[in-house]
Amino acid sequence: MKVVYTDVLVIGGGLAGLRTAVGVRQRGLDVLVLSLVPAKRSHSVAAQGGMQASLGNSAMGAGDNEDIHFEDTVRGSDWGADQRVVRMFVNTAPKAIRELAAWGVPWSRVARGSRESVVNAEKITISEADDAHGLITARDFGGTKKWRTCYTSDGTGHTMLYALGDQTIAHGIPVLERQEALALLHEGNRCHGAVVRDLITGELTAYVAKATTIATGGYGRIYKVSTNAIICEGTGIALALETGVATLGNMEAVQFHPTAIITAGILTTEGCRGDGGVLRDVDGHRFMPDYEPEKKELASRDVVSRRMTEHMRKGKGVPSRYGDHLWLDITGLGRAHIEKNLREVKDICEYFLGINPVEQWIPVRPTQHYSMGGIRTDHTGQSPTLKGLFSCGESACWDLHGFNRLGGNSVAETVVSGMIVAEFIADYCETEGGELSIGTGLVREFLDRERQRLDALLLGTGGESVTALRESMETVMMDKVGIFRTGEELEAAVQELQDLLHRSRNITLRTKAPGANPELVAAYRVQKMLKIALCVAQGALLRTESRGAHFREDYPQRNDRDWLKRTLATWENDSDDLPSIHYEEIPVTDMELPPGFRGYGTRNHVDHPDTEARVAEVEKTLAEVPEADRFARQQALMDYESLLPEKYRGRNERLTERL
Amino acid sequence: MSTRMPASPADTAVVRRLKIHVLRYNPQDPASKPHLELFEVDEAPSMTLFVALNDIRDRQDPSLQFDFVCRAGICGSCAMLINGRPGLACRTLTSVLGERITLAPLPFFELIGDLSVNTGKWMRGMSERLEAWIHSSSEMDLRRLEERMEPELAEQIYELERCIECGCCLAACGTARMRQEFVGAVGLNKIARLRLDPRDQRTDADYYELIGDDDGVFGCMSLLGCQDVCPKDLDLQTQIAYMRRKMLRAAVFSGR
Repeated sequence: MKVVYTDVLVIGGGLAGLRTAVGVRQRGLDVLVLSLVPAKRSHSVAAQGGMQASLGNSAMGAGDNEDIHFEDTVRGSDWGADQRVVRMFVNTAPKAIRELAAWGVPWSRVARGSRESVVNAEKITISEADDAHGLITARDFGGTKKWRTCYTSDGTGHTMLYALGDQTIAHGIPVLERQEALALLHEGNRCHGAVVRDLITGELTAYVAKATTIATGGYGRIYKVSTNAIICEGTGIALALETGVATLGNMEAVQFHPTAIITAGILTTEGCRGDGGVLRDVDGHRFMPDYEPEKKELASRDVVSRRMTEHMRKGKGVPSRYGDHLWLDITGLGRAHIEKNLREVKDICEYFLGINPVEQWIPVRPTQHYSMGGIRTDHTGQSPTLKGLFSCGESACWDLHGFNRLGGNSVAETVVSGMIVAEFIADYCETEGGELSIGTGLVREFLDRERQRLDALLLGTGGESVTALRESMETVMMDKVGIFRTGEELEAAVQELQDLLHRSRNITLRTKAPGANPELVAAYRVQKMLKIALCVAQGALLRTESRGAHFREDYPQRNDRDWLKRTLATWENDSDDLPSIHYEEIPVTDMELPPGFRGYGTRNHVDHPDTEARVAEVEKTLAEVPEADRFARQQALMDYESLLPEKYRGRNERLTERL
Repeated sequence: MSTRMPASPADTAVVRRLKIHVLRYNPQDPASKPHLELFEVDEAPSMTLFVALNDIRDRQDPSLQFDFVCRAGICGSCAMLINGRPGLACRTLTSVLGERITLAPLPFFELIGDLSVNTGKWMRGMSERLEAWIHSSSEMDLRRLEERMEPELAEQIYELERCIECGCCLAACGTARMRQEFVGAVGLNKIARLRLDPRDQRTDADYYELIGDDDGVFGCMSLLGCQDVCPKDLDLQTQIAYMRRKMLRAAVFSGR
């Protein structure tokens, strides 16, 4: 029996996992990172466009601050977010970006003087101030009032991940590559680590830890076409689900990005539209202003994706042998801009489509992109039901994004949540409750159980094929749990997924090797993925309203009265064929920004009974605080600073707000 | 998987039957011997080697080992020898290759099995050896304005930062064939990138300690296979030549 002891076990080597590891290491703890792949190959690397932080350095971001970032994020979430978490996040994002700058990220910088730019398909001149020269600049992204998305050309995620990867090495933190956690070690309400399989040798090891952190990204790969890397299969989240104790939050909240290329589903960044690109239909007509006259192509992602789909349904899509698509036109941006700031986009177009986006339009359509749902945690990143289990980044639901995430808020969340959660993990490890209290008997029990499960798969004779199960799941999710949802289709989806889940218990493998065996890996993963898919589909079926990215054609209204709540899913017994779904209220009475009109389409939602009173209360409170003191006004409405780790409290300096 | 999806509008309708020879060997299995195995695949429009290999694994041989992560040419996982030349499989369209395709694992790196090699382990070792991170003793106050940087300098650093550590440069390197400890273009480029960055406070004398020998910049024979195959088109030739000059100077002025 192989057992490794550590203080903190981090599962996942992307931005969130690495930042957590560095944070707890800086607090003097022993930490190990497990990763399916070399850390610098994690999906974080693919984030092209940028990271939101309200620095307000550039002319188009002037006047930006935490308050505006907060409001954009809460509106973007369609009021599903935990507003205290949003406040913690927006206040830490500038600190995160400055830390990354010190660690070597070559953020694109403000250059003084005038330059030509394209906004709303028109050339404009932007003049940057002298005193902003050399500070971190920002570009425009959807759903934001200011240009707030900081970037490194179009390799933002790459430069962030490399800087953090380098810091991980500098801190001497072991990253154990090609290691896959199969199950969490847990007893009662306490998590003790994980059973881990070596993907090269097949060997099982128990990693016993005071705190276990899941930072494994999203679950996009349950869909047939996704912009996600192929390792984003939701199996890390499934580890928590399979304890039967930890809960998953808002799994039905799945974002579709407006502009992935057909047919590979590879993303072209929102920066394309942020920098002035437009969407066109079969007639070459720029259609978004018809639907969203104010924000046009830069409405929130969920809105743009729905409008695109709606427009294609009207017969305005461009027919192709692979279904309809629309055009993304960045030709107006000019060669120099594209080759410098959108080079990855150009590469992708050349390599995968054989076109040159400087001259040709890019065939795109909305494609699964982001998982707002994940392991439910409190604001410290800890599971409220399974102590010692933490999660951060896309795999977590703490809950920053509610039902729709803004572009640029995900990479920001990875590092910000890593910074914050690392502190709480370290605090936890230093408490009495954080001490290791696990017997070797329990470790053996879990190791034996996982060994038996693998053996059962290797010896299985039920005849089911992994590939067939997986393809069917992907198709069900794509066709029936997509952008537009209906009760009828969702019911069918749940039934079909349940059927697939039953069948996944009868897999027969063609390769019996106990060591390196891609088929065995695919088999145990598809069993986990089907449970995740069922959480998504069942959550979507039960949520009879439309909110953010979750859109029910049979219930098109946002309904705060009945649905201002977070979905919680648990999987109580392994033999169950459906998650148990519960709900948690999102209280209006302590919201800084009470629910209102999100600003897209026509005002069409059902108010929560408490909203009116809270709006009045907010107005009354604000009337008593001088308008000039934005910090006092915020403080009067909702406390959040006391929730932050001490080292990340405090104001952020700006050119216009000197400390 | 999305991957089996067919293709862009620009494709031809002629279907070829690709004959893909894969160099197979599983070091974990004592009975395994290195051999070429033939798989035949009907070409689909816009098919990449990523699509073709997954098709083989899904429908013909589920034991075939290879590595893909981003499948978009961004993460550097899938470098392999494609008809003898190092390249990224995920963004190689089969349409640019002949009907007969030979795939082999990258040389130089530890073989995991079939087309999968352990680039991650080597890259980590190289980073540790070269202390390839920003060395700074400046105090960080995260609440304050960030340090300024000239916009052009940030762009120049990003140019060198675009390396994805795929390992193609080492697979194409003559020196690496002879010196297992050679840090390769990837290592030298990383030092060039750090040297350019004012946030790394080390001097040329410090860098000389790291790369001023035959396992470093003086090991390069200027064959420039690295530059020929770099999937990110990094100007490795210029960087290596420049670093060699700087390191020579460091050696001379430090009296070595």
